[in-house]
Amino acid sequence: MVQTDYKNDILTVYLKGEIDHNRAADIRVTIDSRINSLRPKKLELDFSKVSFMDSSGIGLIMGRYRAVGLVGGELKIKNVPENLSRIIELSGITSLGVF
Amino acid sequence: MKSINETHIKFPSKSINEGFARSVVSAFVMELDPTISELADIKTAVSEAVTNCIVHGYKREIGVVYIDAYITEEKRVVIKIRDKGVGINDVKQAMQPLFTTAENEERAGLGFAVMQSFMDKVKVRSTPGKGTTVTLEKLIVPIR
Ligand SMILES: Nc1ncnc2c1ncn2[C@@H]1O[C@H](COP(=O)(O)OP(=O)(O)OP(=O)(O)O)[C@@H](O)[C@H]1O
Ligand SMILES: [Mg+2]
Repeated sequence: MVQTDYKNDILTVYLKGEIDHNRAADIRVTIDSRINSLRPKKLELDFSKVSFMDSSGIGLIMGRYRAVGLVGGELKIKNVPENLSRIIELSGITSLGVF
Repeated sequence: MKSINETHIKFPSKSINEGFARSVVSAFVMELDPTISELADIKTAVSEAVTNCIVHGYKREIGVVYIDAYITEEKRVVIKIRDKGVGINDVKQAMQPLFTTAENEERAGLGFAVMQSFMDKVKVRSTPGKGTTVTLEKLIVPIR
C-alpha cells in the first residue's frame, strides 16, 4: 500500500490516498521497519498522491521525525498538495525545518 | 433551528468507519453545492470528531457512534457527533491546542483546534462516565 524506495542513503516513502487514524498505524509500521533496518541519513515523505489528511497524519509526521532522528537521520516532506496546506500550517510542523 | 433536511446514522466505533462517516456527511451536504474547500473542511472536522469518539470515548471497547446532521433554511450545516463513552473531565483543557491524553499513541492534540479552525462553530458537551457530544456548524456560502 505504501511504496518505498531506498537510494544513496535516502529512504523515500510515497504516501497515497486518505491518511486518517484507520490507516496511520499500518503506514507507521511500514515506515519504521524500513527506518530501523536501513538507518537512512534522510527520510523523505512524498505527499503528492495524498487526497485527505487529518490530525492523525500530523501525529504520523511528528512520530517519523522522532523515529528517523533516533537513527541519526533527518526528515524531509515533499510535494504537499494545496488542499493539505491549511492543516500543515495550523499544526506548526513548518517550524521543524522539514520542508 | 428549522431544518429543511436531516439524516441520522449510527455505527460501531471501528476505525474503518472514519472514512464511511466522512463520505456520508459529504454526500449529505452536496445539496448545498459546497466548494471543494468547504467540503474538505467539513470532512476533516467530521473525521476529527469521529476519531475522538473511537480512540478516546470508547478506547479499546466497541461502542456506538451517532451522527445527526441537519441543513437549515439559511444554508447552515449542523452536525452532531456523539458517543456514550468515558466523557471529558475538563472540556476547556481538552480543547487547548496540543493537549492530549494519548501522547504514546502518536496523537498531536490538534483535533479540536482543527475543528475550530475549519468550522464556524464548535460546541462540546460532555459528562464524565456518560459520553460526549460535539456539535459542528458551518454556513455554506452560495456561489455568487
Ligand atoms: N469523544 C471524546 N471522549 C473522551 N475524551 C475525548 C473525546 N474527544 C476528545 N477527548 C479528549 O480531549 C483531548 C483532546 O482532543 P483532540 O482531538 O484535540 O486531540 P487528540 O485526539 O488527543 O489528538 P489528535 O486529534 O491530534 O490526534 C483528547 O486527548 C482526549 O483526552
Ligand atoms: Mg483527536
